[in-house]
Amino acid sequence: MTLNKMLVAMLTSVTLVAGAAQAAELSIVSGDTGNGLEFLRGQLDKFEASTGHKVTIVPMPSSTTDQFGQYKLWLAAGNTDIDVYQTDVIWAPQLADQFLDLTDAAKDVVGQHFPSIIESQTVNGKLVALPAFTDAPALYYRKDLLEKYGKSVPKTWTELTATAKEVMDAERAAGNAEMWGFVFQGNAYEGLTCDALEWVKSYGGGQIVEADGSISINNPQAAKAIDLAASWIGTISPQGNLAYMEEESRGVWQLGNAVFHRNWPYAYSLGNGADSPIAGKFDVAPLPAGEGPDARSAATLGGWNVAVSKYSPDPEAAIQLALYLSSAEVQKERALNQSNLPTIQSLYDDADIAAKQPIIPSWKEIFQNAVPRPSAPTQVKYNEVSSLFWSAVHATLSGNGTAAQNLEGLEADLTDLKGSAW
Amino acid sequence: MTTETLASSTRVAAPKVKSELMQQRIRAARLFLIPMLVALAVVAGWPLLRSIYFSFTDASLSNLEAAQWVGFGNYLRWTVMESGAVRYRGLLVDPAWWNAVWNTVRFAFISVAFEAVLGMVVALVLNAEFKGRGIVRAAILIPWAIPTIVSARMWSWMLNDQFGILNDLGMRLGLLSQKVAWTATADTAMTAVLIVDIWKTTPFMALLILAGLQMIPKDIYEAAEIDGVHPVKQFFKITLPLVRPALMVAIIFRLLDALRIFDLIYVLTPNSSATKTMSVMARENLFDFDKFAYGSAMSTMLFTIIAVLTIVYIWLGQVRFDGGDR
Repeated sequence: MTLNKMLVAMLTSVTLVAGAAQAAELSIVSGDTGNGLEFLRGQLDKFEASTGHKVTIVPMPSSTTDQFGQYKLWLAAGNTDIDVYQTDVIWAPQLADQFLDLTDAAKDVVGQHFPSIIESQTVNGKLVALPAFTDAPALYYRKDLLEKYGKSVPKTWTELTATAKEVMDAERAAGNAEMWGFVFQGNAYEGLTCDALEWVKSYGGGQIVEADGSISINNPQAAKAIDLAASWIGTISPQGNLAYMEEESRGVWQLGNAVFHRNWPYAYSLGNGADSPIAGKFDVAPLPAGEGPDARSAATLGGWNVAVSKYSPDPEAAIQLALYLSSAEVQKERALNQSNLPTIQSLYDDADIAAKQPIIPSWKEIFQNAVPRPSAPTQVKYNEVSSLFWSAVHATLSGNGTAAQNLEGLEADLTDLKGSAW
Repeated sequence: MTTETLASSTRVAAPKVKSELMQQRIRAARLFLIPMLVALAVVAGWPLLRSIYFSFTDASLSNLEAAQWVGFGNYLRWTVMESGAVRYRGLLVDPAWWNAVWNTVRFAFISVAFEAVLGMVVALVLNAEFKGRGIVRAAILIPWAIPTIVSARMWSWMLNDQFGILNDLGMRLGLLSQKVAWTATADTAMTAVLIVDIWKTTPFMALLILAGLQMIPKDIYEAAEIDGVHPVKQFFKITLPLVRPALMVAIIFRLLDALRIFDLIYVLTPNSSATKTMSVMARENLFDFDKFAYGSAMSTMLFTIIAVLTIVYIWLGQVRFDGGDR
């Protein structure tokens, strides 16, 4: 490292005191979708310029399930090649042993973040990861089409079903044969757990496993919600929806071939991108509510975090990078460019963000009321719980048994899995 | 080199008295084999033994050292409940596992059957003399040369329900009344996987069969032609019996490969019970779930099932092969 670079680094970085005495070579994994990789590279370039470290991105598949399997394997093998991991909000309890405790390193900045998010990344008093952004899905709708047919934004899933069908049929009759009513994430993977949890919770059907560890999924409201979703396949949603993850469903939506779309906020900025056929023609609303006593609009809590591997050969530099990626500066850039929801409270009052990505300030309340997946009560068994749940839902959506039958089986499987305690 | 050592060792087996020179050659041959045996033991033997060992423990991926011996618990265990009823648990009574076994075996048999027939057809065509045979031979190998992940991705785009070229062609030609979600629905997912696998591995089969075909002396056919034997009869009476050893080897290669199918299914179809195979399920348990030992038990069972099927195949093949002599 040249003296010149040292000077630049010293002048521009406050974190430098910790010690960028020599440049470190870091690696970070990324399963980013859309233009996420490009964005991350841009942020890392700034980091490199200010600290003199070098950061390599290791691209990963976008499916969080695929990523998890790989990371678990690497971490179990004590892999020293990856320094910083980007982790899904649900992974903290399962990977806690393999990451460094960031409590000390982050003690000055932890207060800026929403306490609930910090809590979700704290396992037995150890801060496993720092939040990079949070996520709560939206109902994307085509405002031009709803206006054209004089429809209002649906408040319940039943309304959505009816409106989607009507608009879809009318559009098809008008010659737009490719039009579909609603696309979502229906592949058998973690994303379906998110989507289905929303349906179930919105019908007052609980959240699969409750906070106290009791298994609540086998109930008539949950069955009703999933049966309704099953009725979409082949009617308002294409058969292929059974294999869609986020990006496939966004593909259909962003080509202008769907009236409604369920996705995370990242699809907002992409949908309004310069090359998007639907730019300016859509808007977002909270997901519809169900019907019944405890019906409400429910959004599954998502979000990504940065964690430092305990096998990193250069933990100090890696922690520096993690702090940088969760900093207000990067989160603001992320909000502006990627429409990812910040985890830093003050950014929701930021004028620049409100002007460029109006979804963000209005989403504060929604993510604060978002439903967590049962990763806390089920701990290391969460992945299997989730897999059993999405398999039961996928079977129902595929027409393989009714929701009531599949949920009964699911309850038995979950009880077996739980044993005496999670 | 291997063939030479093999040949020499078989040659020396016949005379009872071994000369000094022969013994020296045998020693040299053994010496040459050592590096390969060591490599095999390290990359295949040791991991296999570890998997088998872990399948008898309660190992967890995050802490392999703390694994405790649990005997056959991962395969079968039972608890007698208060009512006196017995509850069985474990891999051997896991319906999800047997569903995966069925998926795999069904896939293996259907795909290998198609590949054998199509591979034979392709090999016969390539064996004939025609202009540009070299180019055709090279071209036909392309599917085999593409890495499976790449071809799976490629096919998943071609099979895509909204943007896929297959649906587009089908609609334009009037073959399909509506777009089909090939990989998504349980009814068509396995068919889609089979199509891609057959497309990919038929060239491999054809190549092995072609090698067998070229070993058949041409004068047999000349003699048959002079005797006025119908070409179809020539095929069944001359070609098929003579190419059979090569065909049997090709089939067993493919069968072993097909029974551990992973990549194609993992990339192409949703992770549902309709297409989940033994390897997919073992991987899921080993890494995604906190069930390293159970996943190891699956790997061990996978190994056992493949071994048993191979032995049965070789045994059945030999029975028919030696049938006339007995």
